[in-house]
Amino acid sequence: MSGALSTAHSVVAPSGRVKLLAGAIVVLYALVALVPLLWIGLTSIKTPPDSISYPPKVVPFVHFEPSIEGYCNLFNTRSRQTADYLASLPPANSACEEITRSRSMVVVGPSNYVPRFLNSLIIAFGSTLLSVGLGTCAAYAFSRFKVPMKDDLLFFILSTRMMPPIAVAIPIFLMYRELGLSDTRLGMILLYTSVNVSLAVWLLKGFIDEIPREYEEAAMIDGYTRLQAFRKVVLPQATTGIVATAIFCLIFAWNEYAFAVLLTSGTAQTAPPFIPIIIGEGGQDWPAVAAGTTLFLIPILIFTVLLRKHLLRGITFGAVRK
Amino acid sequence: MRAAYTPIEHRVRGLSDKAIAWLFIAPTMILLLAINLFPLIWTIQLSFTNYRANRPNAPLRNVGLDHYQTILSDPEIWQRMQATAHFVFWTILLQTVIGFALAYLIDRKFRGHGFWTTLILIPMMLSPAVVGNFWTFLYQPQIGLFNYVVSFFTGLAPSSFQMLGDVTLSPWAIIIVDTWMWTPYVMLICLAGLRSIPDYIYEAAEVDRASNWRQFISITLPMCLPFIMLAVLFRGIENFKMFDMVNLLTSGGPGSTTELASITLKRAAFEAWRTGYSSALAIILFVAVFGLANIYVKALNKVKAR
Repeated sequence: MSGALSTAHSVVAPSGRVKLLAGAIVVLYALVALVPLLWIGLTSIKTPPDSISYPPKVVPFVHFEPSIEGYCNLFNTRSRQTADYLASLPPANSACEEITRSRSMVVVGPSNYVPRFLNSLIIAFGSTLLSVGLGTCAAYAFSRFKVPMKDDLLFFILSTRMMPPIAVAIPIFLMYRELGLSDTRLGMILLYTSVNVSLAVWLLKGFIDEIPREYEEAAMIDGYTRLQAFRKVVLPQATTGIVATAIFCLIFAWNEYAFAVLLTSGTAQTAPPFIPIIIGEGGQDWPAVAAGTTLFLIPILIFTVLLRKHLLRGITFGAVRK
Repeated sequence: MRAAYTPIEHRVRGLSDKAIAWLFIAPTMILLLAINLFPLIWTIQLSFTNYRANRPNAPLRNVGLDHYQTILSDPEIWQRMQATAHFVFWTILLQTVIGFALAYLIDRKFRGHGFWTTLILIPMMLSPAVVGNFWTFLYQPQIGLFNYVVSFFTGLAPSSFQMLGDVTLSPWAIIIVDTWMWTPYVMLICLAGLRSIPDYIYEAAEVDRASNWRQFISITLPMCLPFIMLAVLFRGIENFKMFDMVNLLTSGGPGSTTELASITLKRAAFEAWRTGYSSALAIILFVAVFGLANIYVKALNKVKAR
């Protein structure tokens, strides 16, 4: 984000002292703002008693011994057993089993986290593929052809984003109930596609507008049809834009909660509505919640770094391009 | 796209540009009509009835504009609107001030500013629901990190205040989380604004011996204004609709102190199952967002045209 954009102010370049002070404040802000995230990561490697101790335990190995208990509890369901029963069991065959037994419980099976995570993946990738596919075609048409009422159509597409999700959720709930789409992955994919396609059209139109028309025209003079020119000239040129748009769609679908919590309950439930309801015995199992959160956030951290050059464009629907 | 390689290609070879245009736009429009416009029309229709989604077979009665009248004359709804306005106002104010200040500092281009900018951006990319959920942990009265830090600096006992359970504190608790999450968003847009100002303007001001403060007031701020307004527009719309993060943090409580419009809507639609009533509320909210956004866009265009 910085390199390409920074044009040094010649006469007005900030002095060294100003830079140092500015840098110090920004770094301080960044560190403070990241504390909640670090805290979640740290909590995920604590034992439940360590996670709720006062004063808080901060440094691993010094204040507390890291433990995989949070991750064990995230992936497994457990049940409490009597001491006699535990003593009668053969030796534990995994680290998780051992930790669980030290809490007088046994592992009874896998938890729902993995299926929910998979649902998130399938729904996010499915809807991204669809919205980018639809969006690329529509954006190309809006960018290159005379479409009657073009501005009105584009505005309509944008305005679908202004609806509060809960407002749309009421009739969609009823519609999906009629069509048998409630709590199905297909239903969620279609729904997220309809939300994302507006972003995809607006972003991709911007990217395609930037590709000179002369490229396709030259190809068409060489005997390409319009569709061939679109496929062989425009699409390769628009790759960066398409990838950036796809990542934005992925992030939205990955993070979405309102529709997911209202329209799914089991088979198609994604991770965001599931993570908050991870509950241990006698209250919330914070290390398990933190572990689920950490695993869920890691893909987003990677995407943020990959996207940093296009973030601005994505978050403003292409209104600001630099 | 790949299918076009097959003989189908020969059939579409003759397609006119007009045909391609419609072929390319139609799928998107059909999807939006089916999943956005059709539900909207259905919502309007339901808003005139006493329909309840949990009793689909109950006799349907047309109640005309009753729901609208009930809602608009209900003091409780106006309280929810006030809570929403309080949330929108303070989040936008804080995010704009902090976001602009950060952007201004980052634009001093100290070493490594690109790296730190990326780090600062992380919160806004996260899932608001997951963010809301883990902040409930930070806000725990005895064990939460937030309370610990506050007590560390102020000497208050960490269990003496409950950010999420106290009527006066909870509206601020949700404002703090939203500001933490979305200040980077405003910052990023402001940064683009600052970088769009060409150097020669500052150079000219320097030649005219304009003070730094003078330059800031008459160059930096006005030239950034369209960008700031754009950020305010986006944040305003988003926070007016706010549901996920606050639902996880307080689900509207304690009592209904943090019950924003969308949460009221969810309670009416999916807990009380007053589908007709909540449809009317949904339409009112939509009209409000849409109207405000339109007015604001007009103002924005005026500023841009200057």
